[in-house]
Amino acid sequence: MITRRAFLLVGVATAAQAQLPPNIQQIRKQAFDEAIGKVVGNAPVQEGRVRLDVPPLIDNGNAVPLAVEVDSPMTEADHVKAIHIFTERNPQPNVLTAHLGPRAGRARVATRARIADTGTVVAIAQMSDGSFWSHSVKVIVTLSACLEEGLI
Amino acid sequence: MARVVVNVPAEAKRGEVIEIRTLAGHPMETGFRRTQLGELIPRDIIRTLVCSYNGVEIFRADLHPAIAANPLITFTTVAVESGTLEFRWTGDNNYSAAHSAPIKVV
Amino acid sequence: MRSAVFAVLLCPFVVCAQIPLEERRSGYEFMSRETRAMQDDDITGPAVLWLLDGEALWGKLGCAGCHGDAKASMRGVAVRYPALVDAKLVSLEQQVRHKAPQLPYESRELLALTAYVAHQSKGMPIAVQPIQPHVDAGKAFFHRRQGQLNLACSQCHDDNWGRKLAGNAIPQAHPTGYPIYRLEWQTMGSLGRRLRNCLTGMRAEQYALGSTEFVELELYLMWRARGMKLESPGVRP
Repeated sequence: MITRRAFLLVGVATAAQAQLPPNIQQIRKQAFDEAIGKVVGNAPVQEGRVRLDVPPLIDNGNAVPLAVEVDSPMTEADHVKAIHIFTERNPQPNVLTAHLGPRAGRARVATRARIADTGTVVAIAQMSDGSFWSHSVKVIVTLSACLEEGLI
Repeated sequence: MARVVVNVPAEAKRGEVIEIRTLAGHPMETGFRRTQLGELIPRDIIRTLVCSYNGVEIFRADLHPAIAANPLITFTTVAVESGTLEFRWTGDNNYSAAHSAPIKVV
Repeated sequence: MRSAVFAVLLCPFVVCAQIPLEERRSGYEFMSRETRAMQDDDITGPAVLWLLDGEALWGKLGCAGCHGDAKASMRGVAVRYPALVDAKLVSLEQQVRHKAPQLPYESRELLALTAYVAHQSKGMPIAVQPIQPHVDAGKAFFHRRQGQLNLACSQCHDDNWGRKLAGNAIPQAHPTGYPIYRLEWQTMGSLGRRLRNCLTGMRAEQYALGSTEFVELELYLMWRARGMKLESPGVRP
């Protein structure tokens, strides 16, 4: 039998722990930029050659189908080495890194991701010649109604 | 019941680019969720999927907590020769799953 | 959202009818194209894992001993439940448990077996009987104002379907795809689990999985959905 005092203490502790810092957006944006930085270094990232297919309006952020296709001949001389996917508003920005190569035939990868909040998803293609190409999509995440724990 | 599903065409023409679809049963616990009492549920995810074609690695994926539960990963490869495609998933808490699929290249 | 609330408040003063049979649409039609594609993916859709488990359990638990090949013997079964068995109203899951009562509600095994059995009726029209007094009890539940919001199921699902609630369209609440892989749960679950989520959303009294109230409500919901095609296992947000 939990005492009222213990219950209140747990409640306060939970609320304190669950409280996100007020500059959370800034923190996450910084983490997002850093994660991309780790991959590209100081190299410029150009928009183009990459197509990120993700629904602009998402039914439920727990499973979002996404596909990335890169325009590349996928030959030994000219191919996509890796496709990196990031998202801006998740607690952690990395989604997937797919290591490809000329054996892939096509630079295409698909998965289902978790997108926590409305924001940007970006796919970056790392080419064999050292260049980086990207495509960003802004997505809106909606909540399902009537949940297990009653947030709505 | 560790379950994986792999979809590979049984037969392909030499040089054809084939699509490989994989599905693994795994909760992909992010490490960001909390219990009703506020305790953090530890991260427990699949970290890597590797595909080898007759022993040569042709695809590798690094998965992060942002991959949805029961991860689907779809990719392609060139059907170069008949043989076997081997798939291996590894993750936290010594998670390991494997699957083999034969391919006939004509 | 405001228009939905306003319409709901108006309801006692306006005649609020049940959905005409020809206007009934499955929850599938309220989902985005991408979510629908997840349900239609027979090979790597998220529910496939449970179907495979169900198929394995059908053998392992000895169901095949009496029922043989499920593809033949279970065809047309799921669309008839809830039904009377030995004069008692039972849901499909309760019937699936009839020789495996050790399987708890919402266990992976029971969900997998139920999904596998239900899947054998995929594409068939829902065909339950309006068994009395159960179907009337279920109907009363659906139309009864409950909980802190004094809200009845019918006020959202008969009167305001199609309008938005928290950014998502309110579906008509037809159990055309159970058990479902609910994206919100990130796993497979039963109609009972979904109904408990509804009652949480309504701030109303909860009922237990497998309770008479839930089985009667399920009978009413299936009767209300009669003729609609079964999609099990479905994917829903």
